[in-house]
Amino acid sequence: MYKYDEYDQQMVDARVAEFADQVKRRLAGEITEDQFKPLRLMNGLYLQLHAYMLRVAVPYGTLDGRQMRMLAHIARKYDRDYGHFTTRQNIQYNWIKLEDAPAILADLASVEMHAIQTSGNCIRNISSDQWAGAAADELTDPRPWAELLRQWSSFHPEFSYLPRKFKIAVIAAEEDRAAMRLHDIGIQIVEKDGVHGAAFYVGGGMGRTPMIAPLIKDFVPLDDLLSYTEACLRVYNRYGRRDNIYKARIKILIHELGADEYRRQVEEEFAHVKSLGIDPPKAEYDRIAAQFAMPSLDLSASDEIDRTDPDFAVWVDQNVAAHKVPGHAIVNISLKPLGGIPGDASSAQIDLMADLAEKFSHDELRVTHAQNIVLPHVRKADLFAIWQALDAADLATPNLDLISDIIACPGLDYCSLANARSIPVAQKIAQRFSDPARQRDLGELKLKISGCINACGHHHAGHIGILGVDRKGTENYQLLLGGSGAEDVSLGTITGPGFDEDGIVDAIERVTDKYLAERTDGERFVDTYRRVGMAPFKEAIYG
Amino acid sequence: MKLLTGNDLKTGFVTWWTGADWSLHIEDAADVGEAGEAILAVEEAARRVNAPYIIAGEQTADGPRPAHIKDRIRALGPTVRPDLTLKPADPAAGDWVI
Repeated sequence: MYKYDEYDQQMVDARVAEFADQVKRRLAGEITEDQFKPLRLMNGLYLQLHAYMLRVAVPYGTLDGRQMRMLAHIARKYDRDYGHFTTRQNIQYNWIKLEDAPAILADLASVEMHAIQTSGNCIRNISSDQWAGAAADELTDPRPWAELLRQWSSFHPEFSYLPRKFKIAVIAAEEDRAAMRLHDIGIQIVEKDGVHGAAFYVGGGMGRTPMIAPLIKDFVPLDDLLSYTEACLRVYNRYGRRDNIYKARIKILIHELGADEYRRQVEEEFAHVKSLGIDPPKAEYDRIAAQFAMPSLDLSASDEIDRTDPDFAVWVDQNVAAHKVPGHAIVNISLKPLGGIPGDASSAQIDLMADLAEKFSHDELRVTHAQNIVLPHVRKADLFAIWQALDAADLATPNLDLISDIIACPGLDYCSLANARSIPVAQKIAQRFSDPARQRDLGELKLKISGCINACGHHHAGHIGILGVDRKGTENYQLLLGGSGAEDVSLGTITGPGFDEDGIVDAIERVTDKYLAERTDGERFVDTYRRVGMAPFKEAIYG
Repeated sequence: MKLLTGNDLKTGFVTWWTGADWSLHIEDAADVGEAGEAILAVEEAARRVNAPYIIAGEQTADGPRPAHIKDRIRALGPTVRPDLTLKPADPAAGDWVI
């Protein structure tokens, strides 16, 4: 894992001191809310429905036990004993007091964490594959590049006031576990003729106008990765629209220019940027990469798993993934227990996951964009002990990628932008499909719920998506089918008229029943949908 | 009726104009009638409230009730965490919101 050097720590400490002074002046009435709002947002502090909300960055979703334990400490001391893990691999606290915010940021800084650039029209937290460094199918660990981009983008003076917020994802496997092509820039580390480079997909995003990022360049030499990224940003910063917030994202610029013209302008800019010498020397990349080296795993560890306990065996089959080192596995901890709130974890649960990481996973954890937690480096021989500990804390629900592993934004229960509640809908769907055997029979089925058009719940990318809207003052839910945020990326299509809270649950059951009637062997829900199209599902839903 | 609401500066908690001061409890909220904008301007200038705005509501047997669900959720707390609402022991509180 990357450890701060003196420059990183100084930057973060200086920001804590600066914000403490700003809060002091605000509380003393020396500055107005209009003056203070952009300052607090630069430090991830929003004003939501019930209180201030603090969004803490978890760079590329990676953290260690000490940092995880600090997240629990903050939940316990300053919030209401829980935190909410988000689709941007971050954590949010919903009940923060302004007067506590400087102390919280100081606590975070003490473990090399912060809330910088978790809001505002800047480059946000760089996201990545939650299995990075462990996945059996990856080409290389993408996180050194994500870290390099983090350092480059932190307080980047030219990109602190972009036309709109900007999100970058970096992956290095064919299987896209980070919704890479639904980012403003999606970077995939690829191999050509035995040499690694970067494929750049630019102009994706969800929200009001969902778009899949087109391929802008299939192979950028890694020595040019920063320069090429900077060129992409410069063209956007120069020509992105600032007159209309709904047309300000880079996806709109590329859509209007066309990918070819955008590419031409980026290449022209790149020729200039490359002459500036911003790409780091190899020694600096090597310094960063060395900190992401694979931990010293037990190479003699056994591949055997005692599957005597049937509940444990189900959990292994559903929530444990292949590790690149024999005898080891990746553990996915579901934060979607039956009746729970997707992504929420109590301080006790967060502490437990920190303990397990320290004891069994070489002190590493990951936050996933699907609002779950990962222990990336676990000996197979330790799986049973881990499962027992998780099970005792209601963290062993065996539902990864099943219909109850629902992504849901906070919705109208917490969010000031939301039009409808997301969480109660997620809970009702999970309850309707509570039979584990029924869920497993349905197989991989990614269900994603957003409480408004901003799409924090990734509804466009759900095999089944739900969008909450306000219809004449009441909550109404639109149903979408056929989306995907994975390597088979696609955008969902709205089925037709929306439903009330109970109606949407019934509609989903009609959809899954139709899938079971139509599927052929081995077909996932989304495969069947793509083969048969919308019509049979629409018929099943509306008659 | 019209209600004036905002957030407390220090805590961010939802507050309601009572006619003389701010309260965390919507039961205390007063009908500001057509005086809302004037009160809002004074209170915001005095920095006694954060992000104030005027909403529509109705007077019920249980007291003032905001017209829009968003403000009813603000008044009570998240519907999915009854333990964190202002009326955790009241089983009817959720019905009031929905």
